[in-house]
Amino acid sequence: MLDVASTGFADPVLDAQAQFRALADALARPGSLRAFTPRLTPPVGFPAALASIALTVADHETAIWLDPAFAADPGIAVWLAFHSGARTTSDPSEAAFAFVADIRAMPPLAAFGLGDEAYPDRSTTLVIAVESLAEEGALVLSGPGIETDRRLGVTPWPEGFSAQFAANRALFPRGVDLILAAQGVIAALPRTTRIREA
Amino acid sequence: MNAPSPAETGYNFAYLDEQTKRMIRRAILKAIAIPGYQVPFASREMPMPYGWGTGGVQVTAAVIGPDDVLKVIDQGSDDTTNAVSIRKFFAKTAGVATTTRTAEATVIQTRHRIPETPLSEGQILVYQVPIPEPLRFLEPRETETRKLHALADYGLMHVKLYEDIARHGHIATTYDYPVEVAGRYVMNPSPTPKFDNPKMHRSPALQLFGAGREKRIYAVPPYTDVVSLDFEDHPFEVQRFEKPCALCAATGVYLDEVVLDDRGGRMFVCSDSDYCASRRDAGHRGEMAGDALPAGQS
Amino acid sequence: MYVAVKGGEAAIDNAHALLAHERRGPADVPEIAPDQIEHQLSLAVDRVMAEGSLYDPALAALAIKQARGDLIEAIFLVRAFRTTLPRFGHSEPLDTARMAIERRISATYKDLPGGQVLGPTFDYTHRLIDFMLAAGVTPPEPAEAEPECGAVPRVTDLLDGEQLIEAETPRDGEPVGDLTRAPLDFPADRDLRLQALARGDEGFLLALGYSTQRGYGRTHPFVGEIRFGEVMAEFVPEELGFAVPLGPVALTECQMVNQFHGNAEQPPQFTRGYGLVFGQSERKAMSMSLVDRALRTREFGEDVVAPAQDEEFVLSHCDNVQATGFVEHLKLPHYVDFQAELGLVRQMRAEHEAARETLREAAE
Repeated sequence: MLDVASTGFADPVLDAQAQFRALADALARPGSLRAFTPRLTPPVGFPAALASIALTVADHETAIWLDPAFAADPGIAVWLAFHSGARTTSDPSEAAFAFVADIRAMPPLAAFGLGDEAYPDRSTTLVIAVESLAEEGALVLSGPGIETDRRLGVTPWPEGFSAQFAANRALFPRGVDLILAAQGVIAALPRTTRIREA
Repeated sequence: MNAPSPAETGYNFAYLDEQTKRMIRRAILKAIAIPGYQVPFASREMPMPYGWGTGGVQVTAAVIGPDDVLKVIDQGSDDTTNAVSIRKFFAKTAGVATTTRTAEATVIQTRHRIPETPLSEGQILVYQVPIPEPLRFLEPRETETRKLHALADYGLMHVKLYEDIARHGHIATTYDYPVEVAGRYVMNPSPTPKFDNPKMHRSPALQLFGAGREKRIYAVPPYTDVVSLDFEDHPFEVQRFEKPCALCAATGVYLDEVVLDDRGGRMFVCSDSDYCASRRDAGHRGEMAGDALPAGQS
Repeated sequence: MYVAVKGGEAAIDNAHALLAHERRGPADVPEIAPDQIEHQLSLAVDRVMAEGSLYDPALAALAIKQARGDLIEAIFLVRAFRTTLPRFGHSEPLDTARMAIERRISATYKDLPGGQVLGPTFDYTHRLIDFMLAAGVTPPEPAEAEPECGAVPRVTDLLDGEQLIEAETPRDGEPVGDLTRAPLDFPADRDLRLQALARGDEGFLLALGYSTQRGYGRTHPFVGEIRFGEVMAEFVPEELGFAVPLGPVALTECQMVNQFHGNAEQPPQFTRGYGLVFGQSERKAMSMSLVDRALRTREFGEDVVAPAQDEEFVLSHCDNVQATGFVEHLKLPHYVDFQAELGLVRQMRAEHEAARETLREAAE
């Protein structure tokens, strides 16, 4: 059932544009923090940043995967279907976008759509809710979009996740891209980024 | 600045409907994540002809917002008719501020040039691309070129460049000069003169490429390696001009040849009209500028 | 002193004003109205609707007026308008067996159920300029007859009954592709190929179809049937669950019957080439069906040896809006690139001259 207190964008055209620019900028400058202040009221249990990213990029042409925590609340899928038209899928490998409540409990990155050598764009973009993002942190990033290197702190950052991401990097041009969202801020880790733990 | 409402123009903000913008935005995000790879997108029919910037216009329409300041150039100039026409289109459909000043623009749409003024972090450069596939004139089939990109098999391109050297003593490609992006994809920089290729290398700005008729979008993120293909014994080099700009005395910039009469008289002036005007505003004078030429009114 | 050219904006505005003036022509000649174009130049309207891929005769007529009769320009106007229209869903497949037939001919049978109906055709007119038309005459009333009632079976259905022609299996439930919503990807399925051909340039398809007749990918075609008339377009709104009529659409359909030798698994059967276009255009529908059959070469395990059989070549170049845009873009300034070429040619000529000079000196 649709949560009656929830809303879509206050201004569907200009809000989507502003959110897209923040997303594009985050992806173009991996690990940099972008202020992200969506003007919408998502259903209870679905973070506003994730809801806002969904309305910005998803529609009836894209399939969405929800992790078990989000999938357990049918109100989230109903809200997504009502405001974006996007259908949910239970197969992470066929999702254009995957929404993850808990980075510690999600399937391995290789379980998502990785694209193929001829069409590496046919891959999943993961949108992951985290507790916090910080400019000074344990991760040292380099690669396209980063002038020399850049520090990033992600909480939580599970044991072994850096190694998984390195394996994802090694698949290039195949692979998944990650968007991390905390309260009021996002950062992105595209497949091109190299991560070293300081 | 307030955006015009659909009721005022009869069309959505920046012309495209929201579904189309989302589709283009998804392609742009993928393009940024896979530097130099051509992402297929469902290019729409635009109210200007294919080949006249429909790809660049669709990319600009998908990224631009009411706070942006737009600059449009063709051949380096803000005053060429197609640049004027595209600038007007966005002023009308998106109500955005426009400028001719490179430094003031947040979004710059271009055909055939990269501005001389170095770009900065807050800027997006949108290229209009006629033929996005760097291998197209060596292999006309999409099914084949897609395989070659998948295998990173760029031998054909090296053979072509080497044949140039064998026949002419030079690589005979002067524009549309192929580059390798982030060590993986060979990419077509669009028909900019090769003079501009080094500006793409590790630029602080985000570079987006739109090919409407061919239905491809690709990107070079900021601070990304863009290397012009060459050989050890024939290193890549850019065009050099013997004289400075006749109006602003700039050197190390790309110049247009202007024919003055039918007796071989000619002069060379900056192709980047904003750069030239800015220098003249700052008091620089070339040999044909004349003292009477008022600053800012070139 | 040199002053660079400026004032592009004023020049563009002036050019548009002059265009509007030329479009109107001499003020003492009455202005043409879109409804005159719609009803008296209806075949031009049909072509604009077919290649503009939008069924709206009044809009197509207006586009022709705006384009000063340049049909490709009018098609472009209609296409650009069409892009901005919201999509509510897909119509039900049109059933051409239920067509209200105005014209129907078969070249494969002398007579057949439903009969041969000549209808409005240029076919047997003598192409003599009719100077009476210049004066404006009221034509005699055409003869009338009771319309054929009920469905008229298609010739291919008759052949199908005997299994003499390959079966056409509907892909129920499978989504039909739309090249205006997803970029074309090769190899393309027949649904997308037919869509591309239906929107494709009449002249280009005519030439390609003709080339198959001259041996560049021969298909031994027979016109099984050509029919022209109106078919009701229907739509099933999700909330109703049953089809509601949207309105009649005039269509020309061509079913080409082509030779095919069977193989070990399949007994010999005729094969199909299909053409369907908005309005009345037999030339386009026939050309389309010839090219459709030619593009099925791979499907039948035959070798691709001719242009009309080459899917990438045909589909990449059949759209006249794309083609005209890219050909005409050569009008745009290219002086930056030309400068680059000029510089290189001058440099190479200088080197050439120097090399000859060296040779000459060595010889002396």
